[in-house]
Amino acid sequence: MDPVSAKYIGAGLATMGMIGAGAGLGILFGGYLQGAIRNPSAAGPERIWLFLGMALTESMGIFALVVALLLRYT
Amino acid sequence: MPAIDPMSQFLIHKVVGLPPVNLPGIGLIDLSITNSVVAMMIAGLTVCGFFALSARRQVVPGRLQAAGENIYDLIDGILVTPVIGSKGRPYIPFIMTIFTLVLVMNLMGVVLGIGHVAGQDWTFTATAQLAVTATLAIITFVSVLVIGFVKNGLGFFKLFVPSGMPLAMVFIMVPIELLSFMIRPLTLAMRLFGNMLGGHVVMNIFASFVVSLGLLGLTGGIASLGFVGSALSLGMVVALTVLELVVAALQAFVFAALATVYLNEVVNLGHGH
Repeated sequence: MDPVSAKYIGAGLATMGMIGAGAGLGILFGGYLQGAIRNPSAAGPERIWLFLGMALTESMGIFALVVALLLRYT
Repeated sequence: MPAIDPMSQFLIHKVVGLPPVNLPGIGLIDLSITNSVVAMMIAGLTVCGFFALSARRQVVPGRLQAAGENIYDLIDGILVTPVIGSKGRPYIPFIMTIFTLVLVMNLMGVVLGIGHVAGQDWTFTATAQLAVTATLAIITFVSVLVIGFVKNGLGFFKLFVPSGMPLAMVFIMVPIELLSFMIRPLTLAMRLFGNMLGGHVVMNIFASFVVSLGLLGLTGGIASLGFVGSALSLGMVVALTVLELVVAALQAFVFAALATVYLNEVVNLGHGH
């Protein structure tokens, strides 16, 4: 297999890293929504931690995307 | 059909070529003004100009002053004071600088979409360059280190030993804590870079679908379905632009929030606020 095709296949495989990011984001937002429905007055101050957790989790998926882009375009 | 090339929008072109400067020990440094430098200059001038114009002293603020005060309240009331406490007031200018600069640089890539005019690309996202985000991340990391050592002296290293840990676990946990501390500038830089790069690459690809499917539809016959695909791709580009606006603001907020959290760890070392 020549290196260019291997790189293309690797780029496609690398995007599977976003599975974990998607699952993690669903868990995060689900937990926040459950807590917000049980205790609506406490949901406001927790919003900053929700966005922080969302960005940290999403960044894992973005790292996988960057690896895929690196393999595809360099 | 033209080839799909989403990466050429990130190329750096010189706008004003200046002669290279010879720094002793580092060598020749090319200081010419590139499109990245122009984008960062526009962002810096916008931020300074906005705050110069909105920093009035009317007790009942006008609209511009209210907007400036809103941004200050976002940094002070939502980010710094709840996380660091009253000891965090000296760091508000630093966090506000980072937040507003990253916000304006991110938004310029989405909003200022003039595109390709007179042989030059006038749409440039400065934060889609790893050099720019790595610089911001290194500035944040070095600031955290300096503030940590100034405030705590050698007690700074208590950061890596969480309180109440048995001695046997210390040998396992300290390398792990050290590693996760040292990787922070890398993740800060990569998070912002990856978000901006990914968003623009996807928008470029869908926009190229609009053109290529439209050209396919022009050949007539059954290929006229290409026009449907072209319209769908255009709708997707609109939706992606909305998403990019949200991501631009959110990533600026997250960069500032993470800088605040890292500062809180060294400012309130060991004890809560």
